[in-house]
Amino acid sequence: MNEQQQTLWGFMQQQSDKLLTQTLQHIGLTFVSLLIAVLVGLPLGVFISRRRQFSGPVLGVAGVLQTVPSIALLGFMIPVLGIGPKPAIAALLLYALLPIIRNTFTGITGVDAAVKEAAVAMGMSKRQVLFKVELPLAMPVIFAGIRTATVITVGVATLASYIAAGGLGEFIFGGISLNNTNMILAGAIPAALLAILFDFLLARLQKLNVKKLRVVTAALPVLLILLSSFYLLPSAYGSKLKAGFTPEFMGRRDGNLGLISKYGLKIQTLVINDAVMYKAAFEKQLDVISGYSTDGRLKAYDLLVLDDDKHIFPPYYAAPIVREDALKKFPDLEKALNLLSGRINDSIMTALNYRTDYLHQSPERVARDFLDAQKLYKPARSGSAGLVRIGSKIFGEQYILASIYSMLIKGYTDYDASTKTGLGGTKICFDALTNNQIDFYPEYTGTGLLAILQPSVRIIDSVSTSKEATYNYVQRGFEEKYNIRWLKPIGFNNAYALMMRRKQAKELNIKTISNLKRYLDIN
Amino acid sequence: MIKVEKLSKHFGNVQAVDGISFEVREHENLILLGTSGCGKTTTLKMINRLIEPSAGKVFIDGKDIMEQSPELLRRGIGYVLQNNGLFPHYTVAQNIAVVPQLLKWDQNRTDKRIAELLEKLHLSKDYLNAYPSELSGGQQQRIGLARALVADPAVLLMDEPFGALDNVTRSKIHAEFKALDELKRKTIIMVTHDVQEAFELGDHICLMDKGKIVQDGTPAELLFNPKNDFVRNFLKEQRLQLEFKTIAPQPPEGGVFELRGKRLPAGANLWWMIEQLKFTEGESISILDHQDKKVGSMGFEDLMSTFYQYKKQQAQ
Repeated sequence: MNEQQQTLWGFMQQQSDKLLTQTLQHIGLTFVSLLIAVLVGLPLGVFISRRRQFSGPVLGVAGVLQTVPSIALLGFMIPVLGIGPKPAIAALLLYALLPIIRNTFTGITGVDAAVKEAAVAMGMSKRQVLFKVELPLAMPVIFAGIRTATVITVGVATLASYIAAGGLGEFIFGGISLNNTNMILAGAIPAALLAILFDFLLARLQKLNVKKLRVVTAALPVLLILLSSFYLLPSAYGSKLKAGFTPEFMGRRDGNLGLISKYGLKIQTLVINDAVMYKAAFEKQLDVISGYSTDGRLKAYDLLVLDDDKHIFPPYYAAPIVREDALKKFPDLEKALNLLSGRINDSIMTALNYRTDYLHQSPERVARDFLDAQKLYKPARSGSAGLVRIGSKIFGEQYILASIYSMLIKGYTDYDASTKTGLGGTKICFDALTNNQIDFYPEYTGTGLLAILQPSVRIIDSVSTSKEATYNYVQRGFEEKYNIRWLKPIGFNNAYALMMRRKQAKELNIKTISNLKRYLDIN
Repeated sequence: MIKVEKLSKHFGNVQAVDGISFEVREHENLILLGTSGCGKTTTLKMINRLIEPSAGKVFIDGKDIMEQSPELLRRGIGYVLQNNGLFPHYTVAQNIAVVPQLLKWDQNRTDKRIAELLEKLHLSKDYLNAYPSELSGGQQQRIGLARALVADPAVLLMDEPFGALDNVTRSKIHAEFKALDELKRKTIIMVTHDVQEAFELGDHICLMDKGKIVQDGTPAELLFNPKNDFVRNFLKEQRLQLEFKTIAPQPPEGGVFELRGKRLPAGANLWWMIEQLKFTEGESISILDHQDKKVGSMGFEDLMSTFYQYKKQQAQ
């Protein structure tokens, strides 16, 4: 059952339904945005070619929008437009705007002045000059702009999956989180092919001679509308409650797959990035989300963890994992890291996370306060005996743990420490460790079991019943397979959990996942 | 026919045209002559309102142009540009048919008119489906002329129409231009900086400088009665040639000139006549009276003496 051994083709066949849906969503997202961008950009381009004094400001603003990082732009959209297709389309539209406006402007202002003068002198009205002379002659340049916009949009649309708008990004980001190369490729290859295909088709249209261009000019809006409509086709089946799961959760046996097979849970599901998921639940855009049981936002947004009464979520006890050769190179390292063992339980971790995630305190400050409270803090020593490189995944809890470890290493050994925070997901972090880019990072037993070792279902079922069994299994497995050692657990269990707004859960009388299923079945 | 009164145009602080007035009679060919920047093109473009005047009035057929919508006004005035301004995305036929389309002619009438014009302008019908970029400069300019003439406007404005052509093509088109019946029925205002062209094609020349008309008169008046040194200097370079071209001997009342059994065109000038004569055979031009009776003849010496007499007469 090891997914790594499955071929890419096999994966794509097995997931063909999803692949088709995602591809159609991707095409739809691209062309809805493009259609609106053309509807806005073309008239705007014409306008600034008429009133030149506005060309500077308009092109400037569009240019600035273009330079805003795509994820940031999506982030800005959420408070205004919520989650789902609306903010995604709005963001994509803003990206597509610049090339369309600029090329329309350049195309129209580039039309030979003598030709324009002749058109006016023949007695054409302003409208006639625009539609009979300027636009047809500017069309190749405008087309080139639309082509650029299309390729940009296909690329950026992969990020739409962060805010529950679907598209091929679901596979790409799911694959990165799940350490599943096939899944990444199943998203990335079709996305790249779409970009190449659309660019090619538009290039063909562009090369048609001037006569046929008039036909194309008429056909283009029709084509755009047709392709846009793809987005409306795969409408999800409705249910009373709406769930938002991370791409990682969607693909895991201890995630959505387990919810379906063990609980038989049927719920309308959106794929969403965890950075915006909690907020979306709080703002009632989502009702059920897949979170982490120690997440600080649980406290901040008053969410209730549903009891996992059929035990599909294995234990996720955190412990530092270190390469054996790093332990040999830094003999004092193990002792320093083990200082933290057993010190942080679930509620302490939730409180620490609350301070970084919600109160926006720096991880260093939270780490220092914690060590002071535990009377573990010691000022840094010489740092002359070598540099230990600490890794961390890209979320608050890992930042805090990395900071704590850094202070412990500096205070209790002669090593210096550097932190490489923000390593995308499990795959990126683990690859960095095995490739000697970092020396250790905090990992979770459940992740080690399911995302990295990936044993058979039978073994998973047998070892995930208790904390110790899981820990022992991953410890043995990592030692044998990767020469990596699991040190003592820190204490807290950051397992997956389903959560709802406390108020809504109370109203609907839902306490466990089985309660949720029963509620969904009745309604 | 066209009356311009105290017409002015300034762009910011620059006075491009400074209160000029002139009049063009029906079927007359007026040339606006001058160096670049003298305001001649601005003047021309104010007549079909491509440029709106700052002050002054223009009347065509007694009607103030400012009282008509600019689009309708322009559809009634032919316009020919230096760089022809043909639409590169239209075929020759479509280019010529622009104004008829605006005037909502039916296709039959348009086609007939285009065929008629092509014949007059010595263009093959094969070009109808070609694009302007496939034609030579001279052909493009003829198409430009056809486009301006297609709706048979009473007035034709021409902005350096032959400026972009080489000398050989230009003199060929000049000859066609003078021979074209269609143009003899038009009131034409043409802008040029080429003195030869002005003298060859103009009934009447306005020599302009710094936004003002320095002298307004027939070619002969400009040549033999220059108003000031500016006019004199402007024509100095080509004076002799211009004089030969301006002086046209007159046959007796009702009579004609004849050479080798062919009648010379009315208004034939000395230059032209000398060009036609074969000197080796001592040829001469016959002078016929109104009854076609030969009353005399002119050889080379007679022509030169006519020139001398004319100059002497002017000098008095």
